[in-house]
Amino acid sequence: MEANIKKKKKHYSGSDVSFNIVNYLIFGLFTLICVYPFYYLIINTISANDLSSNGMINFIPRGLHLENYKQILQLSGLGTAALVSLARTVIGTICTVLASAFLGFMFTQEKMWGRKFLYRFIVITMYFNAGLIPMFITMRTLHLTNTFWVYVIPAIVQPFNIILVKTYVESIPRALQEAAEIDGAGIMRIFVKIILPACTPILATVAIFSAVGQWNSFQDTLIYITDQKLYSLQYLLYTYINQANSLAAMVRNSSGSALNMAALATQQTPTSIRMTVSVIVVLPILFVYPMFQRFFVKGIMIGSVKG
Amino acid sequence: MARSVTAGTPAKDGVKKKSKTNKKWTLLVLPFIILSFLFSYFPLHGWIYAFYDYKPPLSLSQCDFVGLQWFRMLFGNKTQVAQMIQVMKNTFAMSLLGIATSILPMLFAIFLNEIKCKWFKSVVQTLTTLPNFISWVLVYSVAFCLFSNTGMLNTVLQNLGVIDAPMQILDSDSHTWLMMLAWSTWKGLGWNSIMYLASITSIDPELYEAARVDGANRFQLMRHITFPELLPTYFVLLMMSVANFLNNGMDQYYVFQNSFNKEHIQVLDLYVYNIGMTGSSLSLATAISMLKSIISVTLLVIVNVISKKTRGESII
Repeated sequence: MEANIKKKKKHYSGSDVSFNIVNYLIFGLFTLICVYPFYYLIINTISANDLSSNGMINFIPRGLHLENYKQILQLSGLGTAALVSLARTVIGTICTVLASAFLGFMFTQEKMWGRKFLYRFIVITMYFNAGLIPMFITMRTLHLTNTFWVYVIPAIVQPFNIILVKTYVESIPRALQEAAEIDGAGIMRIFVKIILPACTPILATVAIFSAVGQWNSFQDTLIYITDQKLYSLQYLLYTYINQANSLAAMVRNSSGSALNMAALATQQTPTSIRMTVSVIVVLPILFVYPMFQRFFVKGIMIGSVKG
Repeated sequence: MARSVTAGTPAKDGVKKKSKTNKKWTLLVLPFIILSFLFSYFPLHGWIYAFYDYKPPLSLSQCDFVGLQWFRMLFGNKTQVAQMIQVMKNTFAMSLLGIATSILPMLFAIFLNEIKCKWFKSVVQTLTTLPNFISWVLVYSVAFCLFSNTGMLNTVLQNLGVIDAPMQILDSDSHTWLMMLAWSTWKGLGWNSIMYLASITSIDPELYEAARVDGANRFQLMRHITFPELLPTYFVLLMMSVANFLNNGMDQYYVFQNSFNKEHIQVLDLYVYNIGMTGSSLSLATAISMLKSIISVTLLVIVNVISKKTRGESII
C-alpha cells in the first residue's frame, strides 16, 4: 500500500499539471503586485529625475545618483519628524513591553488581592471604545494634547499583549518561581531574574508588533497634535504628498549652489520628493520585516489560540 | 514572607499562604489599572457632550444643555438624515464587501499549500505579507505615485499613445468602494492567510492518507478535507468581522479621501472625524460615535451568543 501511495504521488495527470501552472502563475503575479510598488519607488529615487518624471524608469534604474536623498535632508521638519518617530517607537515599545510583561506575570499570581477582578477590568477594555471625540476631550483634560507623551502613555496598557504574556507565563513551569521563592526572592526579583528571561520569545513578538504599530501610527498625530515639532514621520509624509509642489520649490531655492550646476537629472520634482520621503519611511519596515517574520507569524498564532 | 516558607513545614505554610491574599502586589499593579481607567473608562464621560451644544473654546458648563436634540436631529432633520443614509450605505458597503471577500485568505492558503516548491512558497508568503506592515499613508503614497495624473500608469499609457489625457483614477468617484476594497485586499490578503496556513499544518495527516487510499485525487482532498477543516477558523473570523461591522477604521478612508470621492468614501468613522474635528459640531459627532459604540457592543454580544449556541464556544 505504501508503495501504491508513493506511486500515485509521482504521477501527475494533465489537469494536475495545468493546475500547477496556473497556480504558480497566479501566486507569482500577486507577489509581483505586492512587491513592485516598493521596487518602483526605490529605483525612481535613485534614477535620473528627468527620466523618472517622464515615466522612463519602470523596471531598471538609470542614471544613478543619490542627490534626492542628500537634498531631502534640507527639508525643514524632516529631521525632527524622524526623531519623533524614532523616539516614540523606542520609548513606546519599551514601555508597553515591560508593562505587558509585568501585568501578564502578576495576573498569574493567584495570591494577588483582587486578581480576577482587575484582570477582567483590563481585558474588557478591548471590547468597547468611547469614540474619537471623547478620546480627544480626555487627552485635552489630561493635558496630553500637543505633548510627546500622547504617543506613549495611552499605549502602555494593551489588554491583548497582557493576555499573550499571561498565557505564556502560565506555560512556564511553576517550580521555577517556587524555587526562587524558597531562596528568598521577592516578587520583583522573580519578575526580573526569572520571568523576563523566560518570556523572551513572546516579549519579542509583542515588541515587534508594538514597534511597527508605533512607527506606522498616523491617526494620533492627526487628532492630538497641532505643534509641527511633534509631527511624526507618517504625518509629515501625508502633508508632503498633498503639498509637494511648494516643497520642490523650497528645496530648489534653499540649495542655490546645487541649482547652478544642477543638471535636470538631479533637480527635485514634487514626485521625487514624495517618493524619496516614502522610501525613507518604508525602509525601516523593509529591513526589519524579513528578520522578524517568524515573530509575526508566532504572534498571530498565539493570539488565535487564545481568541 | 519568604522567611516563613524556609522556617516550619513548607507544605502547611503553603496551604496557609494560599488562602491569604497579598495586597502589596495589588499596589504594584495599581498604576497600570489607573492608566487603563484613564484611557478606556474615563473617556466615556465625554459622552455627556452629546447632550450639550458644545462650542469648543467655552467650557462645558457655559454651554447649553440640549437633551436629546442631536439624536432627534439624526433621525428628524432631512438633510442630516440624507447624509446619514449615505454614510451608512458606505459603511455597509465596505463591511459587506469585506465579508464577501473574507473567503479569499482561506482560498489563498489552500492554493498556496498546493505549491510544493518550498522556496517559492516561502518567498510568496514573505512578500505578500509585506504590505500589511506599511501604514495607510504609505499605501496612499504608493497609490499616488502609480495612479495619480502624473503617476506611473498615466505616464506610461500616454507615452505609448494609448490615451491622450491622463485618466482620473484617484480624483474621481467612480468605483470608490471597489477601489477601497482592492487596496485593503492588496494590503491584507497575504497576512490574513497566515492563520489559515498555520491551521493547515495542524490538520491530521491521517485524514489525507485515508482519503488517498480511497482514491481521492488532489482536488477532492482540497475540497473535502482541507476546506472543511478550515471552516471553524473561518467561522470565528467571520463572526469577528460581523461584530466589527460598524468599525471600518478611519486611516484608509481618510488618506484616500478628496473632494471628488467624498460622497462614497465617508464611512462612519471618517464621518465622525470630519464633522467633529474639522467641521463644526463636536456634539453631533459625539452623539454619533456614542450610538456607534453602543451598537458595536450589542453586535459583539449577539455574535458571541450565536457563537456559543452554534459552536459551544465564545469568541471573546
